[in-house]
Amino acid sequence: MTEQPIIEIRNAAKSYGALEVLKDISLTVNRGEIVAIIGPSGSGKSTFLRAINELDPLSGGEIFLEGEQVNKRLPPREYERHINRIRQEIGMVFQHFNLFPHLTVRGNVTLGPRLLKGLSQADVDKLAEEQLDHVGMLERIDYFPSQLSGGQKQRVAIARALAMKPKVMLFDEATSALDPELVEEVNAVMKRLAQEHMTMLIVTHEMGFAQDVCDRVLFMDQGVVVEEGPPDVIFRNPTNERTRNFLRKHLEGRS
Amino acid sequence: MDFELIRTVFPFFLKAAWVTVLLSVLTAILGLICGSLGAAARLSRSRVLRFLGAAYVSVFRGTPALIQLFLLYFGGPQIGIQLDAFQAGVIGLGVNAGAYMTETIRGAIIAVDRGQTEAARTIGMSRWQAMRHVILPQAMRLMIRPLGVNINALIKATALVAPISVVELTYTAQRYIGSTYRPFEMFLLAGILYLIIILSVGRVVGWLDRKARIA
Repeated sequence: MTEQPIIEIRNAAKSYGALEVLKDISLTVNRGEIVAIIGPSGSGKSTFLRAINELDPLSGGEIFLEGEQVNKRLPPREYERHINRIRQEIGMVFQHFNLFPHLTVRGNVTLGPRLLKGLSQADVDKLAEEQLDHVGMLERIDYFPSQLSGGQKQRVAIARALAMKPKVMLFDEATSALDPELVEEVNAVMKRLAQEHMTMLIVTHEMGFAQDVCDRVLFMDQGVVVEEGPPDVIFRNPTNERTRNFLRKHLEGRS
Repeated sequence: MDFELIRTVFPFFLKAAWVTVLLSVLTAILGLICGSLGAAARLSRSRVLRFLGAAYVSVFRGTPALIQLFLLYFGGPQIGIQLDAFQAGVIGLGVNAGAYMTETIRGAIIAVDRGQTEAARTIGMSRWQAMRHVILPQAMRLMIRPLGVNINALIKATALVAPISVVELTYTAQRYIGSTYRPFEMFLLAGILYLIIILSVGRVVGWLDRKARIA
């Protein structure tokens, strides 16, 4: 049990002027762990996730990826090199997919490995085929994103992130922009990753999915982690009043 | 209307139209170079470069092109810049067009969704790699039509080099009016030739735009 955690965050804080959006959050994620972050909109959960790969840098606190500090203070050039290397290890999936519309599915998946890993075209093609097969999108390899449904786009976006062989995957409301009937195909891919013990941090509005798949759930509100625990406890027996209110409203809203 | 006269001067106008085309092409090339550099400066992380880019745009858009041209051609020799009329025309108009193109190119680049940069950077691409492989290919498509508008304006602006005696269409029309006293025929002929040039360029721009959309 002395294995180094994949992600360790100590005392994360972020403010825009006087507005504090994250207040002293600490979190440790071990290899193979799947952590869901839930909470009302504006609670800071997306900001927290985006801080991990420095898309939205913290104003205080430390982030470590397998013991190496992510948010190091370095001279600009060195920082660039450092963060570009670190980001290759952290896959991210966005609410709005952000596929590259000018590239085919194959191009989307191979661009990163080709530019950053120095692999040959044959190697990246093989890699793309493997990853796309994994998310069930191999037969669409020569399509453009505009020719795909939202669920298909998100599966390609997951394959694109996986092609970099990351140590951890961050999901920022990966199914929130999807039509309800398309959510399941993306969830299925994420469940499959869970079975393969991919380490994942998942910001989500889908309580059912969080309950089924995750090892741990964080409930965030107003920039703090209000309650944290195994899904059974958080969803069945939350101790905190705010968690109870949120879950009640959320479940009412869905039914 | 004297058609016989038009027929007589037509070959000379055609030659002049060719000078206008050449002037336009060179001006457009220089404008695109200045515009790309200007846009790069305006989007740079360096405060100094951003300031220089903004100053370039406001100075060259904020003064008449004719004054810029006169300053270069007539004022230039006073500070040791000796250019013939054609060179002064290309440089003066090109640098002027570049100021407009700076804004066009910058506008197209910032119009590409922020999520595209985020996705590219998240994979681990550098700023330049993200620009080169993700943002620019998308921005290129967005800038074809507005650059076409810039080029349309630049072709018409080539008439401004007539006062510094570049023998292009407008100058030629004026010269033949001097000898024939037939301004209606001469300006009409020059106008028709400008229109043909501009419509042809418009067709090329439309074709490029459609091609970029399909690809």
